[in-house]
Amino acid sequence: MHELALTENIIAGVAERVEGARVTRVVLQIGKLSGVVPEAVRFCFDVCAAGTALEGASLEIVEIPARAICRSCKSTIELSDMIALCSCGSANLRMLSGNELRVKEVEVL
Amino acid sequence: MCSTCRCSDEAHTTITDVKDLHKERYHDPYAAHHCSGHEHHHDHQHDSERRLIHLEYDLLEKNNRLAERNRGWFEGRDICALNMMSSPGAGKTTLLERTIGNLRAEYQISVIEGDQATTRDADRIDAAGSRVIQVNTGSGCHLDSAMLADALRKLNPPSHSLVMIENVGNLICPALFDLGERKKVVIMSVTEGEDKPLKYPQMFRVADLMILNKVDLLPHISFSVERCIAHARKVKPLIQIIETSATKGIGLDEWYLWLRTEISTNGNGSAHSK
Repeated sequence: MHELALTENIIAGVAERVEGARVTRVVLQIGKLSGVVPEAVRFCFDVCAAGTALEGASLEIVEIPARAICRSCKSTIELSDMIALCSCGSANLRMLSGNELRVKEVEVL
Repeated sequence: MCSTCRCSDEAHTTITDVKDLHKERYHDPYAAHHCSGHEHHHDHQHDSERRLIHLEYDLLEKNNRLAERNRGWFEGRDICALNMMSSPGAGKTTLLERTIGNLRAEYQISVIEGDQATTRDADRIDAAGSRVIQVNTGSGCHLDSAMLADALRKLNPPSHSLVMIENVGNLICPALFDLGERKKVVIMSVTEGEDKPLKYPQMFRVADLMILNKVDLLPHISFSVERCIAHARKVKPLIQIIETSATKGIGLDEWYLWLRTEISTNGNGSAHSK
């Protein structure tokens, strides 16, 4: 639901930063548990980019795996979803990665 | 993206003080900037002229930065602000009405109401006796920190008071947007089904307190409180949980105790009492 607002935010933020250059490629990092669906961002990107410095730019999305450290046994585990248990049985986890929502880099002409 | 709600598409947020019903247009900073006036001439460009720019910036950076400003604004005025989130119809407004009625002698309470449209909720809060500002998000499905900052300027809550922010009824998007509140409270009602925390884990993971509302209806429906709590703790092991019925007044003392504790455990430890 919020992907459209976020995509508009990406377009506006990048356009502001490239100061008038034409953007040909955008690389995003989206964490697996960030709550943002990459497909939904792709779906809105072209429409949002129309009429801006990003019109026609290609979009590359790098998904960042979710990792956490278990506060009980101190081991590091990879999470496939938000409802995760360490192999020691503890649900007391601290997220290390997987919440990212970043514009990593852009290619401009 | 939800094609039904068209979140923030051409969004114009309206902020209304129900006392004077004065409306003003609010330009959503997150809405697209339709810059049709760009006049770049890129003739004779070659691939060799392409440059890579490492931007490395957070997409929610603008919202988070404004949220931190709001947080500082609250701290400077010794105001306890709570972000109340739930699906539509879980009982947020009713809980606020009850809370205002029962605690108004103890604390100054003001409310920011977030809804897509109408001032119905703000009218109820106004009738309950609290100062209230309505934020209508138009097609937006959540409040963001810029909307809150605007609403706060209009609300102008007194120092040492309590500000309740009733977010747009939605268990998804509001979870992502920090407003600068001290604590996030998620309200779910027993009629929604005990698996809500598993179906909307993001919301329950960010919440500090979960209020399980409408427990007076438990005899009439199939709902296991134990299983619901177990689900919530799977998503957030240390989440605090209070069972209430805002209409029947069940569990409210525990909610008020949580509120009093929260209000008194501010930065300088001073009491907020009038």
